[in-house]
Amino acid sequence: MRSIAALVACASLLITVAGCGTSAEGPGASAGGADASTLRVGLAYDIGGRGDHSWNDFAASGLDDAKKNLGIVHSKEVEGVAGETDQHKEDRLRSLAASGYNPIIALGYAYSAPMKKVAPQFPRTRFAVVDDNSVTARNVTNLMFADEEGAFLVGAAAALKTKTRNVGFVGGVVAPVVKRFEAGYRQGVAHIDPRITVQARYLTKPPDLTGFNDPAKGKAAADAMYAAGADVVYQGAGGSGAGVFEAAKEHDAWAIGADSDQALTADPAVRDHILTSMMKKVNVAVYDYLADTVDGTVKSGPVVYDLALGGVDYATGGGHIKDIQPKLEQLKQEIIHHKIRVGVD
Amino acid sequence: MSTFLDRLFGRVKLGGWLAVVAPLLAVVFAVLITSGVLLVAGKPPLDAFTALAHYVVQPSGAVLIINFATQYYISALAVAIGFRMNLFNIGVDGQYRLAAVVAAGVGGAALLPGVLNIILVMVVAVLVAALWAAIAGLLKVTRGVSEVISTIMLNAIATGIGSWLVIRYLGVRSGNELATKEIPPDSRVPGLSVIPGTSAQVTGFIVLAAIFGVAYYVLLNRTRFGFDLRATGRSESAAVASGVNVKRMVVTTMVLSGAIAGFAGMPELLGGSYKYGTNFPTGLGFTGIAIALLGRNNPVGMAIGALVWSFLDNSKNSLQLVDISPEIVQIMQGTIVLSVIVAYELVHRYAQAAKQRRVSRELAVPSQPEGAAA
Repeated sequence: MRSIAALVACASLLITVAGCGTSAEGPGASAGGADASTLRVGLAYDIGGRGDHSWNDFAASGLDDAKKNLGIVHSKEVEGVAGETDQHKEDRLRSLAASGYNPIIALGYAYSAPMKKVAPQFPRTRFAVVDDNSVTARNVTNLMFADEEGAFLVGAAAALKTKTRNVGFVGGVVAPVVKRFEAGYRQGVAHIDPRITVQARYLTKPPDLTGFNDPAKGKAAADAMYAAGADVVYQGAGGSGAGVFEAAKEHDAWAIGADSDQALTADPAVRDHILTSMMKKVNVAVYDYLADTVDGTVKSGPVVYDLALGGVDYATGGGHIKDIQPKLEQLKQEIIHHKIRVGVD
Repeated sequence: MSTFLDRLFGRVKLGGWLAVVAPLLAVVFAVLITSGVLLVAGKPPLDAFTALAHYVVQPSGAVLIINFATQYYISALAVAIGFRMNLFNIGVDGQYRLAAVVAAGVGGAALLPGVLNIILVMVVAVLVAALWAAIAGLLKVTRGVSEVISTIMLNAIATGIGSWLVIRYLGVRSGNELATKEIPPDSRVPGLSVIPGTSAQVTGFIVLAAIFGVAYYVLLNRTRFGFDLRATGRSESAAVASGVNVKRMVVTTMVLSGAIAGFAGMPELLGGSYKYGTNFPTGLGFTGIAIALLGRNNPVGMAIGALVWSFLDNSKNSLQLVDISPEIVQIMQGTIVLSVIVAYELVHRYAQAAKQRRVSRELAVPSQPEGAAA
């Protein structure tokens, strides 16, 4: 069911973006389309690769959908390993480019510096990087997400559902991309009721990135929040989120998921406690980028996948927010039509 | 008679053609087992080995292999010096990382110009790593704490202190990355353009690594200190009886091991990324342990081991292009370490058995003519 929903979203997106493309034909625009059947797509994953039940899998599903619908036949997926350096990532991008893969999509801001070096060496190859806008080159597209807009909506959901007027946010690592989650969430909560208390806690600070993959830390942080009176906690902590869900189950309270509709993908034992999730649809961005490549409308520079483009959204899979869905839909439309502006900090 | 540890740490040598047979046997073992694993995973082994061969002849690949091997080698030397006297410095990992953080902060501040700054960075790194290692040495001689336990714990503490330093004092944010300030361009160690066909350069630290390799050999085999160190490793009680101050040896060796460990992060800091951030290589210390075992603490053996390890590590990307997952490489690496240990042990045992047969034959021989004469 989910993949069908994604397809519909993709199809509608295609139209929007194609529309945008014609109006914004800039100097960085690429020339001509490509025959999908001869296209060789390279996908460089973050650590974990396909099968991580998180955003690597999302990118994979975007690629799978593109193969199904766009007629793309050839693709190669390459993943990173823990503890690797920029040189390894550079080598990965270079191997793909040198082997004739074009376009090449890299997942995550960790590829930022490596792509800065490799992209100019292969001017005829198109590159895309997800979640990073610091690489600027004629052949690089930055696939960005308006995380704060999605976070705003789940913040509103938390505010509408809380009975204790106290909600929480658990961030994985103190990084700008996670800070945007918190910023949007706080604004969403305050929009419904500014008197609601928001507790926020981050699990680790860089260069220690284990906060994204340590459920025990996530559980401890959420435990403390529930004990301090929160009854909804939003997790933006990657793999550590599983711990937040466990804490929600133990305290018989709500948690909010991230990236995918976690009421459908998390451990079945905790699914009943997942109110909604802030979905970050990397699959949409990947599919869309590939569709644009096939059409020849792909552009360089940043493309922001926001609520309007369907890049971020709130999830309804658990069926726990039916009562507040009309209100959330209304807020969503207000954001899309710029009646509400969501800041990033 | 030698013990298993003596043989494992290369304290007894194989003579003549057996010294060649052992590594060959190890390679045969490793290839057979790896092929088996690949077959079980449903991948034709020949494809994998072809991809590996293709990778190593690529100029940019070769440079990458040499550059990582240089770091691995320095780390392996640090580990090996402890191994030779039965001192297990598992803390090389924490020592080089903490050293790199502090040195990166000092280097980024650019207190001195040009080459002086390079020297300052290296001195700071060596001091920090040596002091950090000294903690474990002192705990062992004063309180009898096993250095295995203390160094592992010190690794965790080093990680924490490193993060704290970067976040509180040394870190500069750029985009999503938090890292120390970059070391200015006039204080970087230049690379060497020795491999034709690529703009990538071999790290200048390869020269330092080679010097360390020679120094390691000379220190252990041509100095009083090296003799004491090896003697303590073979038998602590015998060393004490011959007048070696074992406690001082433990602390000195630990400090020396740490000092070398301090250099392990330098190729990356002074010749790679010029800063300490989330992309700084981790785990070099543990790789060093594997390579010290692989090279049997022999300076040449470890150099070969470092190159093989780096080759496998860096071929992960190329193997994925022929649909072989990077985890297979980890299996290969583990297999090679075990193959080397098993192959050498088998050859040693063969040599021992052959020696016993020869001795008993020689003992038997003189009695025969007597019998014949009678």
